Amino acid sequence: MDALTLARWQFGITTVYHFFFVPLTLGLVWVVAGLQTAYYFTGDEIWKRLTKFWGKLFLINFAMGVVTGIVQEFQFGMNWSEYSRFVGDVFGAPLAIEALLAFFLESTFLGLWIFGWDKLPKKAHLAAIWLVAIGSNISAYWILVANSFMQQPMGYAIRNGRAEMESFWALISNPHVFVQFPHVITAAMATGAFFMLGISAWHLARAKDEETREAFRRSFRIGAAYGLVATVAVSVVGHTQAQYMTRVQPMKMAAAEALWETADPAPMSLFTWGHEPERRDLFAVKVPGLLSFLAHNRFSGEVKGIKNLQAEYEAAFGPGDYVPPVMWTYWNFRVMVGAGMLMLLLAAWALWGSLRASFERSRWLLALLVPAITLPYIANSAGWIFTEIGRAPWIVFGVMTIDKGVSPGVGAGEVLTTLVGFTLLYAALMAADLYLLLKFAKAGIHPPALDAADAPELGVAGAVRA
Amino acid sequence: MDLNTLWFVLIAVLFTGFFVLEGFDYGVGILLPFVAKTDAERRRVVNTIGPVWDGNEVWLLTAGGAIFAAFPHWYATLFSGFYLALFLILAALIVRGVAFEFRSKDKSPTWRATWDWMIFVGSLLPALLFGIALANLLKGTPIDASKNFVGGFFDLLSPYTLIAGLASLSLFVTHGAIFLNLKSAEPIRSRSTAAIKKIGPAATVLLLLFVVGTYVWTDVYARLGLNPGLVPLLALGTLLTAGYLIHRESMGWAFVMTTLAIVFSVATLFMALFPRVMVSSLDPSWSLTIYNASSTPYTLKIMSIVAGIFVPIVLVYQAWTYWVFRHRITAESKLEY
Repeated sequence: MDALTLARWQFGITTVYHFFFVPLTLGLVWVVAGLQTAYYFTGDEIWKRLTKFWGKLFLINFAMGVVTGIVQEFQFGMNWSEYSRFVGDVFGAPLAIEALLAFFLESTFLGLWIFGWDKLPKKAHLAAIWLVAIGSNISAYWILVANSFMQQPMGYAIRNGRAEMESFWALISNPHVFVQFPHVITAAMATGAFFMLGISAWHLARAKDEETREAFRRSFRIGAAYGLVATVAVSVVGHTQAQYMTRVQPMKMAAAEALWETADPAPMSLFTWGHEPERRDLFAVKVPGLLSFLAHNRFSGEVKGIKNLQAEYEAAFGPGDYVPPVMWTYWNFRVMVGAGMLMLLLAAWALWGSLRASFERSRWLLALLVPAITLPYIANSAGWIFTEIGRAPWIVFGVMTIDKGVSPGVGAGEVLTTLVGFTLLYAALMAADLYLLLKFAKAGIHPPALDAADAPELGVAGAVRA
Repeated sequence: MDLNTLWFVLIAVLFTGFFVLEGFDYGVGILLPFVAKTDAERRRVVNTIGPVWDGNEVWLLTAGGAIFAAFPHWYATLFSGFYLALFLILAALIVRGVAFEFRSKDKSPTWRATWDWMIFVGSLLPALLFGIALANLLKGTPIDASKNFVGGFFDLLSPYTLIAGLASLSLFVTHGAIFLNLKSAEPIRSRSTAAIKKIGPAATVLLLLFVVGTYVWTDVYARLGLNPGLVPLLALGTLLTAGYLIHRESMGWAFVMTTLAIVFSVATLFMALFPRVMVSSLDPSWSLTIYNASSTPYTLKIMSIVAGIFVPIVLVYQAWTYWVFRHRITAESKLEY
């Protein structure tokens, strides 16, 4: 494989991996802040135990998000130096601002929150977790400003052989970020909600002592309400975003629907297996007119197809292949939407159930919610793979193609070294992370003390004697 | 002062802040296996930097982001050029950050020993590599006419850059040992004093060698003449003063002096570099400067406004954190990590 292909794999792997952790951070932090606020106002010990329980899981996850985020910031320079030179004048600013406004805020106040339980006044300690929540969500805004520039470049002009910033305001008020940011934030909230629901369901199906049951009953109800609000919101926002993308990146949406030819009214594909080189269906099941409805809110109206857009782009940008990998785009879009639909149904069922006293005996509901923790992870990953692959061949839509962005001086061997290095390291850390998450999730609201392992020499000697 | 110069100074300040703050927590990480004998002691050592290490690391992320925003060519050449070195730094920072959070969350001695190794290696490698990397900016690396680095990993290693790496390593360990001395109780305290007395003199000698080496291996003599001005002398002077204060057991002031030694060392390097940001060893005219590597005046202006508002705010709340956690970590302290 050449350096370009390896660099793309590296970006894909490290970014998807990073985004395993980010949504839970963004979504769960509001819950932790909310639980601690409940404790602050009621003094109820269960709220405090819940704050510590979900807070511990939050911290284990947060650490992984932070360290994998460092790679993200430097990777543009390492593997994509020509891209960095070309767009740095525009693209560097949101990254720098993200660090200055958000990373300092979340890391400093998280330190205060972790270590400040006995050292800060209660009010200041509560403020610390809220500032962490605000900081981490601000960081999402700034990184999405950067990503939105790649999806729909705004506020720049091509001068001196590069993209130069013309309007900072146009960059940060890019309409794209106002559909993308709510989608990411609500998806993150859904991730937090399903994480909460699944773990609470697990305990409700097993726990005997009433304090634990009461704690997870509350968590379950909060998770269910939070989950339903978040999944409804993510669907509505996602639909708006899809309509918006049909206008600004019609090729991505045509690929997402495997719509080869422009159609009016356009059918929606339920299942397509396509022949990509010939750009035709091998097998497809379609609902007539539905795609027009989704795009235009009525059962007629033109939706542009892949072949027609290819011809348009060739006329505009010169000869070349402007079609993204269609089956990747199509199936990832369907996986995202499908997982989202399942989440919507499950969240509705969970909330409806939790309003009745008997839900704790509903074996089916409790059993299904545990594996359902993975649904948002599947949807989040598929969503990003869809939106990034669907932008191909562009690294900045309409401005620069991916192959032009790669570092010219970095050889395939070097990229392969770091690709293998990061992948192995990430796999090992994932194992440790899952081990700890499972351990503390199962331990419940009475976690084991951890200072007991003092003096390992004694422990080893004791084990040998025993 | 034009905006290009302002951003050069600001990036120097961000690196200085990073080395002063993360410098001592690298030092503490490196000393961990040597100053703590039992798990309880190791936990206390880690907890001295527990609330602050993550915030300290953000100085690096901000410096990186600032380089990208203000000098995109510097960012592109540096990170694609120092590729494998940067990978090692990133890998180190990844395992180190996770290790702090994970080490005490399981009782198994093997688990804890593994993460403690990660803390040690994850602190040692960057402490060494950052010195090597910065010295390479000044010494010069193979950069061609189109601003691309055309060398390999081993081009970064030379007697001069290795001296710089060892100087930064020993300086951070000394700085960290003094910090630990200020933040811990017996027996860790006297062990850190012993460490200071071993590493401190080595740091002084290495820093002196670095200053001499800068005259031998870089173009600083041709640019500045024999008299380098006050700043490099202050770097050495403050470190020597730290030695005297340590002898007098005045650790608080000694910490101020090692802080100043780091400030003046980084300042020396950036002054010798100015107005270049990366020297080309192939042709001096191919060097990256604050003008040929920079963003537009418009972007620099926007970034100046943002920095002008938020840098002071960050400084205030980070300073407050240090105030909140100013007390020593003793056997009675409640530990989180």
